[in-house]
Amino acid sequence: MSWYKSIMGWVDDRFPATKMFEDHMSKYYAPKNFNFWYFFGSLAMLVLVNQIVTGIWLTMSYTPTGEGAFDSIEYIMRDVEYGWLLRYLHSTGASAFFLVIYLHMFRGIMYGSYQKPRELVWIFGMTIYLALMAEAFFGYLLPWGQMSYWGAQVILSLVGAIPFIGDALIEWVRGDYLISGITLNRFFSLHVIALPLVLVALVALHLIALHEVGSNNPDGIDIKAKVDEQGKPLDGIPFHPYYSVHDLVGVVVFLFVFLSIVFFFPDGWGYLLERPNYEPANPLKTPDHIAPVWYFTPYYSVLRAVPHKFLGVVAMGAAIAVLFALPWLDRNPVRSMRYRSWISKSALALFVVAFIILGYLGTKSPTDGRTLLARVCTVIYFAYFLLMPFYTSIEKNKPLPERVRMNH
Amino acid sequence: MNRPLENINSRRVKAVRCVRFIKAALLSTVLTVVGIQVGSDEAVAAGGGDNPHVVKARVNPQDKVSLQNGAKLYVNNCLGCHSLKYLRFERMATDLDIPIDIVKDQMMFGTDKVGSHMHTALSPELAASWFGTPPPDLTLEARLRQPDWLYSYLISFYPDESRPWGVNNHVFDAVGMPDVMGPLRESIGEEAFKKEMLDLTNFLAYAADPVKLERESIGRYVLIFLAILFIPVYFLNREYWRDVH
Repeated sequence: MSWYKSIMGWVDDRFPATKMFEDHMSKYYAPKNFNFWYFFGSLAMLVLVNQIVTGIWLTMSYTPTGEGAFDSIEYIMRDVEYGWLLRYLHSTGASAFFLVIYLHMFRGIMYGSYQKPRELVWIFGMTIYLALMAEAFFGYLLPWGQMSYWGAQVILSLVGAIPFIGDALIEWVRGDYLISGITLNRFFSLHVIALPLVLVALVALHLIALHEVGSNNPDGIDIKAKVDEQGKPLDGIPFHPYYSVHDLVGVVVFLFVFLSIVFFFPDGWGYLLERPNYEPANPLKTPDHIAPVWYFTPYYSVLRAVPHKFLGVVAMGAAIAVLFALPWLDRNPVRSMRYRSWISKSALALFVVAFIILGYLGTKSPTDGRTLLARVCTVIYFAYFLLMPFYTSIEKNKPLPERVRMNH
Repeated sequence: MNRPLENINSRRVKAVRCVRFIKAALLSTVLTVVGIQVGSDEAVAAGGGDNPHVVKARVNPQDKVSLQNGAKLYVNNCLGCHSLKYLRFERMATDLDIPIDIVKDQMMFGTDKVGSHMHTALSPELAASWFGTPPPDLTLEARLRQPDWLYSYLISFYPDESRPWGVNNHVFDAVGMPDVMGPLRESIGEEAFKKEMLDLTNFLAYAADPVKLERESIGRYVLIFLAILFIPVYFLNREYWRDVH
C-alpha cells in the first residue's frame, strides 16, 4: 500500500482530501443510538443521485417542445434501450424523494433536531424541500400529458390570484397568453439546470452545517457533553465505518421496495403516473377531475379549504412558511419527544393525522363533508405550530438520561 | 455484568413503544376512515368509476394466441380509423410471435416498411367530418382508461334511435363511434363475441405497455439479487456493531 500512501500524500499536500474524508466520515462522531428514522437522510441522498443520473440520460432522448414532448416520452418508453427503466426510475424516484423527505422531516420534528444549535441545518433542509417542490412542479409539465398541462394550469392560476400584479405576473411566468411550448421550454431549463444546481448546493450547505454542530439523536441529549481523554464523545462512533455499513442495510431494503414498484407497479395504481397523462395535452379539453400528485395534496387541501382564492393561496404559502419558524416556535428546552409530556406527543400525533387526512382529501374532488373536514384539519395544522410557544412552555418534562440509551 | 437486566429493560421499553405505536396507528386509521366516510363518493374517474356496466377483464399478457387474435381483430376492424402510432409492425410481430411475412401480407396496408408505426390511412379532416371528432389514437388507451373499461365498452353497445348511428354505449354515453363490432356479435353469438373482445382488449393492453413481460422478468432477477445481497450486508453491519453497546 506504499504507492497508495505516496499518491495520497502528494494529493494531500495540495488538496485536503484525507482531511475532508476524516472530517465528514471517519472522524465524524455520530451518536451511537440512531434508530430506524435515521436511515432517511442517506436515502434522500441516494434518491437525489438516482434523479440526477436518470435525468441526464432522459434528457438525451427527450424533446422539449410542445409538438415533440409527448411523442418523445413514448419514444423513450419503446425505442430507447432500457428507456422505460430510466423513465420509471425517474418517475418513481420523484415520489420516493418526497416520501423519504417527509419521513426525514418527521424525524427532525419528533426528536427536536431543529433546536439550537441546529437551526440552520433545519433552515437549509426546509429550503431543500422548497426547491424540491419547485423541481417537481417544473418536471411534471415535461411529459406534456393532460394532467401535466392542467395541473400546471391550476398552479399557475394561483399566481394570477395575487391582487393587482397577478395577471401580468402569470403572463411573465408562462411567457405566453396560455401554457404553450414556450412555457414547456423554460420549465425544462429550470428543471434540468437551475433547480438541480440549487438543490446540490443546498445539500452541501445542509451537510456542512450538520457536521459543524454534530448530529442530534433519539434521546435529544448532547453527546459532546461527555468526552473521553482524547476529546471524543463517549457516546459517539465514527460515521465511517459504523454508519456506512449500517446505512447499507437500509439502502438494500429501500431498493427492494423501490424497485418492486419500478418493475411491477410503475403506475403506482394511478398515483405515481396518473392515467390522464397517457393522453397528450389538449388546451381545449379540461379533464373531469384535476388533482396534483400525492406529495402536494396536503397543501392543495389547505388551498381549497379557504373559501377565498387569494387567501387560500396565502394559507397554502403560510402552511409551508410556518415550518421555517419551527426552531423559534418550540420553547421546550427538551428536544426529544421521548422526554416530553403527553401534551407535545398528542399535538404531534394530531398534526400527523391531520396532515395525512389533508393529503387524502387533496386527491378527491370536494364535497360539503370533505370541505368541512379539510377545514378542521387545516385549523389543526396551523394550531400545531401557532400554539406551540404556549403548550411547549407549560408542559412538564421527564428527566433526561445522563447518557444515550441503546435499543438493540 | 448487568447485561441481562439491560436486556429486560430494553425489551420492556420496546414493548411499551410497540403498544404506543399500535395505539397511534389505530387512532390514525379510525380518523382516516372517518375522513373517508365524510361525504359519499361521487367522482366517476376516467377509469369508469362506479358505472355498474364496467366489468372485470381478465387480460393475460402471456397468452400469445389471444394476443395474436386480438391483433388480427384490431387490424381488420379498428385500424381503418384508429392508429396505433407508437407501435411498430415489426415490434408487434416479434413480441407476439407473428411471422413477419404474415404481417407484411395480411396486416400492412398503408406501408411496406416493417419498421413503420401502425398509422391509419384515414385522414383526420375526413374522419372529423364523418364522426364529428377524429377517432383517437389507441396505443395508450389501455393505460388511459384501463383494460376493464375498454372491454366493457366493447361489449356495451345498445340500440338507441336518438343517436346518429342508431347506437349508444352504457359506459360511454353519447358515443361518436358506430357499432363496428355489431355484425360480428350477430354472427357468432354473445358468449363467443365476449371472448373475441377480451382478446382485443388483451392486445390493446399489450400495445399500451409492450415491455410489461420483459420488465417483470428483469424485476424478478433484480429482487432476487437484492434479497441475496441483503445477507452479507446484514452480517457485515452486525460484525461491525458487535462491540458497540
